[in-house]
Amino acid sequence: MVVGKSVKRVDAVDKVTGRARYTDDLADKSALIVKICHSTIAHGMVTKVDTSAAEAIPGVVKVVTCFDVPDIPFPTAGHPWSVDPHHQDVADRLLLNRHVRYYGDEVAVVIAEDEVAATQGVRALNVEYDEYPFVLDPQEAMQDGAPQLHEEFPNNILAHTGYEEGDFAKAITEPGLVKIEGWYNTPTVQHCHIENHICFAEQQNGKIVVVTSTQIPHIVRRIVAQALGIPWGQIRLIKPYIGGGFGNKQDALYEPLCAYCCQQVGGRLVKLDVSREETFVSNRVRHAIRYHITTYARKDGRFVARQMEAFSNQGAYASHGHGVVAKGAGAFKQIYVDAAATKCDAYSIYTNMPAAGAMRAYGIPQVSFAIESNVEDAARVLGIDSVALRRMNMMPVGYRDAFSHNVNYFDTLNQCINKGMAYVDYEKKRAEYAHQTGPVRRGVGMAIFWYNTAVWPIALEASSCRIVMNQDGSVQFSIGETEIGQGADTAFAQMVADTVGLPFEKVHVVSTQDTDLTPFGTGAYASRQTYVAGFAIHNIGTKLKNKVLAYAEYLTGKPADTLDLVDGIIIEKSSGEHLMPIDELATTALYSTEQAEHLTAEGTTQIKSNAYSFGCAFAEVEVDIPLCKVKLLKMINVHDCGTLINPQLAEAQVHGGMSMAIGYGLSEQLLFDPKTGRPLNNNLLDYKISTMMDHCDLRAEFVENAEPTSPFGTKALGEPPTCPGAPAIRNAILNATGVAVDQTPITPHVLFVKFKEAGLL
Amino acid sequence: MQKQLVKCNINGKDVETYVDVRASLTDMLRNDYRLTSVKKGCEVGECGACTVLIDGECYNSCIYMAIWADGKHIRTLEGLLGPNGELSDIQQAFVDEAAVQCGFCTPGFIMTAVEILETGKEYTRDELRKLLSGHLCRCTGYENILNAVEKTMKKRLGKA
Amino acid sequence: MYDFSAIYEATSVGNAIELLQAHPSAVIIAGGSDVLIKMREGKLAGAELVSIFKLDELRGVSLDENGSIRIGPLTSFSHVTKDPLIQKLIPVLGEAVDLVGGPQLRNIGTMGGNICNGVTSADSASTQVAYDAMLELTGPDGVRMLSIHEFYKGPGRVALEPAELLTAILIPKESYENCFGYYIKYAMRNAMDIATIGCSVNVVLSADKKTIERARIGFGVAGPVPLRARNAEAALSGHAADESAIELIGNAVLDDVKPRTSWRASADFRKQIISETSRRALRTSIERAGGAL
Repeated sequence: MVVGKSVKRVDAVDKVTGRARYTDDLADKSALIVKICHSTIAHGMVTKVDTSAAEAIPGVVKVVTCFDVPDIPFPTAGHPWSVDPHHQDVADRLLLNRHVRYYGDEVAVVIAEDEVAATQGVRALNVEYDEYPFVLDPQEAMQDGAPQLHEEFPNNILAHTGYEEGDFAKAITEPGLVKIEGWYNTPTVQHCHIENHICFAEQQNGKIVVVTSTQIPHIVRRIVAQALGIPWGQIRLIKPYIGGGFGNKQDALYEPLCAYCCQQVGGRLVKLDVSREETFVSNRVRHAIRYHITTYARKDGRFVARQMEAFSNQGAYASHGHGVVAKGAGAFKQIYVDAAATKCDAYSIYTNMPAAGAMRAYGIPQVSFAIESNVEDAARVLGIDSVALRRMNMMPVGYRDAFSHNVNYFDTLNQCINKGMAYVDYEKKRAEYAHQTGPVRRGVGMAIFWYNTAVWPIALEASSCRIVMNQDGSVQFSIGETEIGQGADTAFAQMVADTVGLPFEKVHVVSTQDTDLTPFGTGAYASRQTYVAGFAIHNIGTKLKNKVLAYAEYLTGKPADTLDLVDGIIIEKSSGEHLMPIDELATTALYSTEQAEHLTAEGTTQIKSNAYSFGCAFAEVEVDIPLCKVKLLKMINVHDCGTLINPQLAEAQVHGGMSMAIGYGLSEQLLFDPKTGRPLNNNLLDYKISTMMDHCDLRAEFVENAEPTSPFGTKALGEPPTCPGAPAIRNAILNATGVAVDQTPITPHVLFVKFKEAGLL
Repeated sequence: MQKQLVKCNINGKDVETYVDVRASLTDMLRNDYRLTSVKKGCEVGECGACTVLIDGECYNSCIYMAIWADGKHIRTLEGLLGPNGELSDIQQAFVDEAAVQCGFCTPGFIMTAVEILETGKEYTRDELRKLLSGHLCRCTGYENILNAVEKTMKKRLGKA
Repeated sequence: MYDFSAIYEATSVGNAIELLQAHPSAVIIAGGSDVLIKMREGKLAGAELVSIFKLDELRGVSLDENGSIRIGPLTSFSHVTKDPLIQKLIPVLGEAVDLVGGPQLRNIGTMGGNICNGVTSADSASTQVAYDAMLELTGPDGVRMLSIHEFYKGPGRVALEPAELLTAILIPKESYENCFGYYIKYAMRNAMDIATIGCSVNVVLSADKKTIERARIGFGVAGPVPLRARNAEAALSGHAADESAIELIGNAVLDDVKPRTSWRASADFRKQIISETSRRALRTSIERAGGAL
């Protein structure tokens, strides 16, 4: 059995030798280059685009403006399509925009023979605007009289949902309750995958072929066709190796525009290459969400009632929309279970900021920061140990969520907390650090988080795959679920090998998705790949194995149910006798003049289950108060993602999420000029993602509780690692210095102000 | 636009080509020599994905003019393989230590690691962090990359 | 590909001067890490360039007969750090430039480029200012020497005449002899960053190590150009090399600096850091000089 073993990545050799090809590596040199002219105001209407100077530049082939594009609004969100119009994503995008809604919106494109000519062409465009007032803050945008971004959404409210469980007003009248209230702010951050989004398109064989750096090839194919107003089968979309996505590429970014440009030059090959600076602002960002949480607790620590308001900055366009803050709203009432009542109101609000879309863990890093800060503060107010307070109130074993039907089968949270506490020596350190007085102080802190797997029941979960056997008994495995760096291809290969009964080396995963060839799957998001593919592989792998055994019956006369395929050998189950190797069977089957069969299996598997995936983070920090600097000394994430398919790769995933959480907690933030809405730091120097010198060693540990709904016992791992790190660091800083910071990132500038307020400076 | 002849040694082979004088070394290596391991991540010398060795030192090829490569010895990832395609020890270490995820930062990191290893010196883990700090990675948290370089260094020094 | 209109590759210092005279609006490119990045941002689009990158005569570190350390302006940061003369005579300079950006940038970035771009945040600048560096400038009218204190004219502006080239950086013997220093780069992250504040302190102690005979304090980003905290220096001159000196410097430097508020940092924050880094840099300088605190 190879599931559960730390086998080496199937794509590692190609990646360390340079043979792995990413989108730009596949683009022919003859491609015309497309560069975008972005809006230089935050809100307004383009009144005129003078293209004459641009068109005169040698090398410029064509200029297309917002006045030329079809008026076909399309949605960009990487969600499965719904045939019910009420469940479809908001279609608020045009290929190029006359009504520009943020600084960096797309106004026009220049198509040229090389990048310099294209860039010069963009600079030579003369765009005239009718400028409108703009608004960057969501709560301001909700007010009457605020600038309106979309006519169909008054007060800029894309959506408002809420719930009340129990009777909140009554619950808080219980005598003796302690109130812990706070406002918590999370920032606009960006994914910073090292490969910028890029795509190229060419007309071939009656279709427009688009090659793109995306997480969701089948979905983007649909959106490109929708945007161009053509039948969906006329787009062929190909996804090669990509250099990270983290949710940014879980949207249709520039593929529709690229395909349109291809049409505009008669089907010639065009390449749309987005710079890092454009990626920061003109792709997607994480929703910046402001929370207002009030906890009412008994003196013994039991939460009686909690309330949350959440204001989510949607930015200029809908993209993934309300789903992000709503996921956090769902987490609020599940991660801790109140004795009497829980109330929540969540708003997604348009502002003249870059469009917020999907980003790793989809609203949960935001809400975890808010919830875990509030709980830590509650512990201090109540005089109860932080961990004890959590244990008292967190989701108990056996909890069942009415909407998703998820069941908390195991005592995961306690198990994870125990491991984390041991690693940082939490109790000893809390005591040791309790009475520091010097300028440099240390602290430990922790946070827990809630997560789930895939998107059932909110949206479709279905995956199709195909397994094709070669004469030598090896197989190709094709699936619409994508390798985006996380190691999905390797996990798939391991699961296929064990299900079909082949040695691992005999399984070849076709890493590239091509919508002409690859069975339908919606792609990488919601930490769904291993879980969902697991179902599909179990289903289709078993189907293939059964075909093999049926043929073995034909060849040997022994009934198929007495046979098995193990490690590439057909065996008789009861005796273990080797009957024949798989290559002999496969070759015989293919060339048989009596009963020829090419051994393949494919089909659709629908998944109607979901699974909780929980964990925690513990951090130890050293705070240099006079320099306002935080140094990470130790950090651990503990995860229960069910049975580990590949422990070494799982650990690596956790390290990456921890790194993102460290940046989220301490240094990353996209800043905008309040006077113009212009981004100030949309580059890799001024936007501070961690370098290797900004981390301590990152430790990942697991608690493996096999998930009952999954054929391989697995559940979400891709996103959870990003959830608990920032609040764990925040709480460590609190325990080190006594200073509670209710915003991230906790930069030296923030600490300077807070330390002065606290009299530490 | 002006073109100029650039004669240099790439991965052990003497080569020459005419380049547009405006080309960066990244442009020349990728477009003229199809050395696509040299990646573009930011084109302003921040991310390190384009790193190559020039006369044994690591440089961001995106902010190095192609015409300056004249007379230089340039090494890219493609040049590390043995005559029969064998992986070098550092490449194998990246595989073994799960230091590769999306793989986009990998070529640059490995080239800088080659410079570090070829000094023959022993560095502490913190010193290695500094020597590798010119590379950004969003997938790995740097952890396994550091492990791969450290282990290879120790092996070469006989201290594994 | 970069958007410039022409590049002229100089073959000698003299040739560079001729090229600059022939193309008066051309921009000098040395290692390129400033110029090429500005070009990507669109700031120098279409410019003409005079490249001095190939002038190996401007690379290397040597000792003049009079004891001045002579640093070729095209010497890369990494080569300065590795240089045995620098390590022996003015290690703080090698340490300072070992903090620029990251390893790749330290291989391409040059000492000359780092001061000729006129930015207050340059990691090499505050130390050179604290060591009274002299600059050798060569132009059509010959060679002249200029103190680094007169070189900076304002943010991004230096006193280079048309067709003039920086051809050497000289650190006088009197500056480095018996002198021990320390540089602190305060930035938002530990690599690949530009200083929010740079503080370079050096001291000469009395023979018994109990008195500060001379203290020099250079700052980057504490004002529009790299500056010396002269009032604080005066206050420390002859002061005991003890904790009270550490206390003193933190307050005294605030009278010498004029940091500004920008979206990157507030003036108050900068003052806090200026104060604290000066204390720590003085402490380490004294310790390196053999003082006991």
